[in-house]
Amino acid sequence: MTKNTHFNWLNALRIGLIGGVVALLISLVGMVEEFGQRDIIAGVISMGQTLLIIAMLMGGHFAAARSVDRPGPLSLAGGALAGLVTSGMLAVLVLLIGPLNMRAILPNASPALINILTFEQGPVPGLFYLLGAGALVGVVAGLLHILPPLVRQAIILALFWVALLGLLQELLRVTLTNMPAVGAALSWMFGSGTQKGLSVPGAIAVAGVVAGGNYLWATRGAQAQARVRAMPPARQRALQWGSLALAIAVVLYLPNILGPYLSEVANNVGLFILMGLGLNIVVGFAGLLDLGYVAFFAIGAYVMGVLTSTDTELAYRFNLTFWEALPIAVAASVLFGVILGIPVLKMRGDYLAIVTLGFGEIIRILALSDFLKPYIGGSQGIVQVGRGQISTVVFDRPQTLYYLIVAGCLLALFISRRLRDSRPGRAWKAMREDEDVAQAMGINLVATKLLAFGTGAAFSGLSGAIFASKIGSIYPHSFSLLISINVLSLIIVGGMGSLPGVFVGALVLVGLPELLREFSEYRLLMYGALLIVMMLTRPEGFWPEATHKREFHEAAASEVAPESAPAS
Amino acid sequence: MAPILTARQVTKRFGGLTAVNNLDLEIQERSIHSVIGPNGAGKTTFFNCVTGFNQPEAGEILLDGHHLERLSPDRITQLGIARTYQNIRLFANLTALENILVGQHPRLKSGMLGAIFNTPGTQREEAKALAEARRLLAFVGLTGKGDHLARNLAYGDQRRLEIARALASKPKLLLLDEPTAGMNPRETEAMTAFIHRLRDELGLTIMLIEHHMGVVMGISERITVLDYGEKIAEGAPVEIQTNPRVIEAYLGREEAEAAGEPA
Repeated sequence: MTKNTHFNWLNALRIGLIGGVVALLISLVGMVEEFGQRDIIAGVISMGQTLLIIAMLMGGHFAAARSVDRPGPLSLAGGALAGLVTSGMLAVLVLLIGPLNMRAILPNASPALINILTFEQGPVPGLFYLLGAGALVGVVAGLLHILPPLVRQAIILALFWVALLGLLQELLRVTLTNMPAVGAALSWMFGSGTQKGLSVPGAIAVAGVVAGGNYLWATRGAQAQARVRAMPPARQRALQWGSLALAIAVVLYLPNILGPYLSEVANNVGLFILMGLGLNIVVGFAGLLDLGYVAFFAIGAYVMGVLTSTDTELAYRFNLTFWEALPIAVAASVLFGVILGIPVLKMRGDYLAIVTLGFGEIIRILALSDFLKPYIGGSQGIVQVGRGQISTVVFDRPQTLYYLIVAGCLLALFISRRLRDSRPGRAWKAMREDEDVAQAMGINLVATKLLAFGTGAAFSGLSGAIFASKIGSIYPHSFSLLISINVLSLIIVGGMGSLPGVFVGALVLVGLPELLREFSEYRLLMYGALLIVMMLTRPEGFWPEATHKREFHEAAASEVAPESAPAS
Repeated sequence: MAPILTARQVTKRFGGLTAVNNLDLEIQERSIHSVIGPNGAGKTTFFNCVTGFNQPEAGEILLDGHHLERLSPDRITQLGIARTYQNIRLFANLTALENILVGQHPRLKSGMLGAIFNTPGTQREEAKALAEARRLLAFVGLTGKGDHLARNLAYGDQRRLEIARALASKPKLLLLDEPTAGMNPRETEAMTAFIHRLRDELGLTIMLIEHHMGVVMGISERITVLDYGEKIAEGAPVEIQTNPRVIEAYLGREEAEAAGEPA
């Protein structure tokens, strides 16, 4: 009895302090104020407040878990204490900002921040509101902690979707209003007129649908799956092909819905998916940590540029068409992938990472150099890069380029999938797990590594070649180290070695920041925070590599796996 | 019977330490041959020389007349030697079945293009490889565990999976590095019987390193004793048990009596 009721308030206090530090950081770097202009639920809650609430929810959750031996009513007290401490630290900040002008050091410690933190009620009732809100959020976190997992999951998912739809409302509204049936629903769901974010009934509806759907799937999903499995194989197959056809139709029709701006975003995501699929072979499958991956992207782009450009500044002009230059660009990337692979054959882990990092920089600096300037333009780059064309369709607008990029992604996805489940793919994975033992299994390390470098470089080169043609001009600064890091991060966030993970990672790390322009300033901060949180809580990524159940399946059955549906 | 493996004057040094010194060894075909010796006697180093992990400084090692000294581990595996490891080294994040499929690597041919286009040849080969992997899984008694990740298997299962993976390359000579390490008496007995089966049913030649005297004396047809990198004795179990040099060097004087009672 005593053991159950023992309340470890020190733990709750400590976690509350950590939450407070996070909340202070979010406030003082300016995120609360900047994001305060965007509402999640119109007139009720802004994105800046949402960030603070997330900090308090997390703090409350951990406090509820750590302050009591087992979940119970005292968990609520733990959560409340942590929430109170967190909001208390914010309250101290508000009190300090009043008399002290700290804006010389902390430019974001502004009256506007105070207004947000005190709910625009002035210090006296406002501070109490703040403390009350903190405690309340903490209690909610504690409550979530002691609820059955099914309910908890449904509620968290519902909150997540409300936040996501609220964030994306501007885009959704702009892109979907020209569809009449959807337009009416949207204007009800989202705040009216100039308001941003979801309307109150809209938020409730979204939460209800998501929570209900999730609960149903969790309780009845297994039955539904069993029913599908019980169907005759012909109907199962028809169902799979049907959903695949539906997915393809959606993917093909998408640019008509998205419009030029969102198509452009989708294209950038697509180029990163293409690179991600390539790096996934090198890092995710073969376990070779390559930090200079952008080099092959650059080589693909430059080969495309040199071969198709009509720029008179260049010493040589080949005037090839896009389609003639594309295979050459990919082949050149593969060649460089193999050439750069040879010197690093004996290197592993961190040594390999450092050397490949150097390669990436060498390629970029070569592109900038005066030495190659007559041929590839130096810092002036190459302009008038050729465009692709199929009969009358020219790939020069986001909506048409989209199809080119989707085709590239599907090709890379197809090749990745086939390789993953084959003899070369197994050799890569064996090498990733234990290089010495893989060699002792009769795997030729030289050939296997070069194959991985070459295949990875091919996808990256394809991405680079399309990129060059899409932008129409190439400059060395487009090929910075940051691209290599972005691609690596999206693989890690998505899940090492996982193909759907590449799509998820690219959407989260490339797509979301482009959609939320307020993010751009805090992009790297978000990356860092996301990576740290991911490594601590979900190191296997959002969508980890699935193990293949093959012992009791025939080889043919493994061909039709449901994960092949491309992300939209 | 002809020797399948012949080592002549093999020497391996690590800096100033001579781990294996002028070792001569012959392994007869279809025999079970143990290499024993105190810790640090050079047993595993000799294994590593045979499998290409270490390059000996001097001497020659021949498998069926092929020189192995300068070959890389993958070439040696292709010539017909497979091994297991003292500390189990499975591909932890692959399934049991995939581990065995990797073991078949040198016997399969399909390459990059075959895999991408999934040619009929590749399909046939994969189907055969999968069937073979299931058969090996059954042979080592792991049917039903093929889709488990190797790291999630129980210790004894991991040991047997490692042997299945080694068998997948269809070796002539199988090197087992302490196959019963960390096993309880019942598991040890099962493993001993299993090693016998490997030789009797598959016609393999087996060389093993083992510390468990009961296993060594019960299973071996021939025993080689190393101490400080040198061979100090060789012969049938009975000869080794009574060899005073072995008793002194390997078992220590006080335990001389214990050596007289093998399992």
